[in-house]
Amino acid sequence: MAGGLGERFGVDPVYVRASLLGLSLAGGVGVFAYLLIWTLADQERPAGAAVRPPSVQRNAGTAFIVFGALLLLREAGFWLGDAVVWPVALVTLGSSVIWSRGATGDSAGWNRLASAATNAESPGRAALVRLGAGGLLVVSGLATFLVGSDTLRTTGGAVIAVAITGLGVGLILGPWMVRQAQQLAEERRERIRSQERAEVAAHLHDSVLQTLAMIQRSDSSRRMVGLARSQERELRAWLYGADDEHAADRLQPVFEDVAARIEQRYELPVELVVVGDMLVDDQVHALSSAAYEALQNAAQHSGATSVSMYVEVEPEHVTVFVRDEGKGFDPDAIPDDRRGLDESIVGRMQRHGGRATIRSDAGVGTEIELQLPREGSR
Amino acid sequence: MIRVFLVDDHRLFLSGVKSELRVGFEVVGTASDVDTAIAGIRRTRPDVVLLDVHMPGGGGRTVIEAIAKERPDTQFLALSVSDAAEDVIAIVRAGARGYVTKSISPAELTDAIRRVHDGDAVFSPRLAGFVLDAFASDAIQPVDPELDQLTTREREVLRHIARGFTYKVIGQRLHISVKTVETHVSAVLRKLQLSNRHELTRWATDRRLV
Repeated sequence: MAGGLGERFGVDPVYVRASLLGLSLAGGVGVFAYLLIWTLADQERPAGAAVRPPSVQRNAGTAFIVFGALLLLREAGFWLGDAVVWPVALVTLGSSVIWSRGATGDSAGWNRLASAATNAESPGRAALVRLGAGGLLVVSGLATFLVGSDTLRTTGGAVIAVAITGLGVGLILGPWMVRQAQQLAEERRERIRSQERAEVAAHLHDSVLQTLAMIQRSDSSRRMVGLARSQERELRAWLYGADDEHAADRLQPVFEDVAARIEQRYELPVELVVVGDMLVDDQVHALSSAAYEALQNAAQHSGATSVSMYVEVEPEHVTVFVRDEGKGFDPDAIPDDRRGLDESIVGRMQRHGGRATIRSDAGVGTEIELQLPREGSR
Repeated sequence: MIRVFLVDDHRLFLSGVKSELRVGFEVVGTASDVDTAIAGIRRTRPDVVLLDVHMPGGGGRTVIEAIAKERPDTQFLALSVSDAAEDVIAIVRAGARGYVTKSISPAELTDAIRRVHDGDAVFSPRLAGFVLDAFASDAIQPVDPELDQLTTREREVLRHIARGFTYKVIGQRLHISVKTVETHVSAVLRKLQLSNRHELTRWATDRRLV
């Protein structure tokens, strides 16, 4: 704690500790300063450090310990006087209550209220209660100070009253402003990062992607073309890829992956076109596995130089076409060593409530159509 | 002899295409940026302009917008390594009669140029997929049904293109002539260019990746 504070202000932690200790001895103010800073400094925690979720018991325990310590200090004579210490205690406690981090460990107090207001949802009751109780504590602490203080009666009362009110507002709003500023800085860093990424993307687009395209249409060996193709695919996915959260559970990346695996393993270009999109479910997995088998069949037996895969998502069903312009075959006369067609394609589709249709003509090519009903539409 | 003008800021690619367009074509000029391209096309009056989507100074779209009105006979074929849907839709809506990727084989490229020269549209499987996707949502009532929706037949033709069939085979499978297939594709192109359907734009920006 003192180390973090010291680092932040560029002071040796030893001095911070010493001054806090001194303040504590001089009437317990240091203890409260310590607690207040602790609630604020949470965001400065280095990434990766374990965050222990605060519990009511622990907070209450801490409060009692501090209270006990204060009484001890009072008895021992290190005391600034009741009129100063108790109001400061109340104000600090109130401020801590408002700004202590919730169980979620992220937003608290005003932040949560503000986000709730923008979402047009009712704010969390806990946040409201905490804000109300904390505000009450701060105000009553300040009031106690004003009432109990002799200085108010002897010197220019108005000036001090204004100063005290300012202090109260600062205590209630201050932490919020600090966090807003931190958030703004974070957003700015994020913006700069995405701008840099866009620049890199533009540059790669103009240089590397162009070269990869050139290699693909040149007379290079099939292996070179395949390499260029898979590199282009990877680069493109990175450049234009939707953010990972979005892409992780969509249909399109699943089939892109199937196409990429075939291209890599058999050095056979796969022209993939996807129309529509949906969330990945069991049906999609069954379809993509069957499609992989169909592509593998084309790669091993058709002799074609490329394969087309067309996927269309419709409200009631999903359809996949895998087509090659290879030598074709007679579906009724498949040798026994090619059971993949029966088991992995036709059988799999039937088990999932769909169908597989195989059209093949010698010398023209083969097209395998896979169709499954969508879950929830059966 | 089809007179072709090439616009691309990658010289390697320019010289590669130039060497492929020998029989039946004449490359009347090349340009590597927007301003030179516009001046060159005005001077040489080509039949077909082959242009890159991305270029310094505004890209292929700026060239099309500058030339299309004053020279309605010039046809444009867009060519790019970018498969981002918004780029494809934008250049076709600007007036290109087709879109092919740079990995297209030389034979397919010459075929595409001839087709565009004849006034037909050139839809790669990928472009067909984009168009099907863009016109797919029927949830919202179209403003102009004539332009905002595809007919069942047009949809069927596009599906076959997306599956990788040539126009000839599509005609055989749907029992229509190649000419009729071309008519359907041109009708789709017209709808793509003229429809104000707001989903088209929204869809294209939503979908950044294929």
